[in-house]
Amino acid sequence: MKFSRDVLKINEQEEIEKITTTIRTQVFSELHRKGAVLGLSGGIDSSVCAALCVKALGAENVFAILMPEKDSSQESIELGKLVADSLNINYEINDITNLLQASGCYKFQVEAIREIIPEYGEDWKCKVIIPSILDKDRLNIFHITVQSPDGKMQTRRFTPTSYLKLIAATNWKQRIRKCIEYYHADRLYYAVCGTPNRLEYDQGFFVKNGDGSADFKPIAHLYKSQVYMLAKALGLPEKIIHRPPTTDTFSLAQTQEEFFFAVSYEIMDLCLYAYNHNIEPKFVASEINLTEEQVKRIYKDIESKRKATRYLHMKPLLVEKILNPEL
Amino acid sequence: MHKEEITLIVSNYIKKNFLFDEKKEVDNDISLYQSGIIDSMGTIELISFLENTYKIRFDDDELIAENFDSINAISNFLYNKLQNIK
Repeated sequence: MKFSRDVLKINEQEEIEKITTTIRTQVFSELHRKGAVLGLSGGIDSSVCAALCVKALGAENVFAILMPEKDSSQESIELGKLVADSLNINYEINDITNLLQASGCYKFQVEAIREIIPEYGEDWKCKVIIPSILDKDRLNIFHITVQSPDGKMQTRRFTPTSYLKLIAATNWKQRIRKCIEYYHADRLYYAVCGTPNRLEYDQGFFVKNGDGSADFKPIAHLYKSQVYMLAKALGLPEKIIHRPPTTDTFSLAQTQEEFFFAVSYEIMDLCLYAYNHNIEPKFVASEINLTEEQVKRIYKDIESKRKATRYLHMKPLLVEKILNPEL
Repeated sequence: MHKEEITLIVSNYIKKNFLFDEKKEVDNDISLYQSGIIDSMGTIELISFLENTYKIRFDDDELIAENFDSINAISNFLYNKLQNIK
C-alpha cells in the first residue's frame, strides 16, 4: 500500500466553507445562541477557531478572553492580542493569577513537588516530561524537571501521590479558564467554542471539565498539520503560524511533545492517520524516516492513550435511561 | 526469594489495585498495557510498589515495556535484578 505525507493535504477553502457552515448551524440552530465565546491562548488552535468563528458568525458575534497567569509566557498574551486585533473582535484580558492563588493551585503545586524535591522553592520553575518512545520502548512514566533560581536543573521521577497532586493542582488553570468562558457565554447568550485539534481530542490531551468542556469543537476532526494549513489560508499573522506548539501550563517552557505526545506533532499526525486507516507500520516508516519498530511503538502508544483517557470523554453515568426526548 | 513468590505478589497487587478484585484472574502472559489493565498512572503506582516492596531502585533505562508488559515479564525481570543485587 502506498503511503505519503500528502495524505493530510486538504482543500483549505472547501474545508473552511464546510466548517463555517457547520458552526452557523450549530450555534444558531442547534444551540440557539447568538454568538461564540472562546479563550485565546496565542496558539495556533485557538487562533484558527477564532478566525473560523468570525467567518461563520461575524466579528461582532465573537468574544475572546485572554487568561494569562503568572506561569504564562509574555509571548502568549501578545500573540493573543495580535489575533484578536487582526480579527477585529471584542476581547477582555483577565489575569487569573489571583484566582489561582485563592484556589490553592500554586501552593498545592509546590507541596506536590516538595514530596520528591524537598528543597524546591516558590521561586523555582518546573515542567512535567515523559521520555521519548523513539529510541527505546520506554514506559510512559512522568518525570519532573525543576530549575532553581541559579539556573541549576534537575529531573526526578514522580511518585504516585506527587504526580496526582501536581496534576490536580495544575488542572485548576484549565478549569478556572473554562468557568470564565462560561461566565461570558451566559452574560452574552453565546456558546463556548472548544479548541482541541484531532490529536488532542483523540488522545485525550485535555482536562475534563476544563479545556475539554465546550458547546462545539470546530477543529476536533483536523490533524494538527491541517490546522496549520487552515491558519495560512485564513490569513492569520505569521507569528502565530510559526510559533512552536507549547502547553504554556508550567513555569518552564515546555513542548506538547515533552509533556504528552512523546513525538513531534508532524509524526503523530501521520501515524494517527495511518493507524486510523489500518496502514501497516512498514509503509509508514519509510515515509517518515523511522524504523518499522518505532512506528509500531507509536501505534501502541496511540492505543494505550485512547484506553487511558476514555474516562475523559465519558458523560456522567446514570442508573437508568431518562425518558426525555430532549436528552 | 523464589520467582513463583514474586509472581504471586505482583499478580495480587495488580488484581487488587487495577481490577479492584483479588479474586479476578489475570493471565500471567497477557499484555497489561494492550489489555488496558494498566495505564500511565498505573505504571507509576506499580513501579513505586515494586521499589518499596523489594527496597530497590529501577534505572530509567530499565523502565521499558519489555520488562513490565505482563506479570511474567515483571517477575522474570525482577527475579533477575534481585539475583544480580545478591
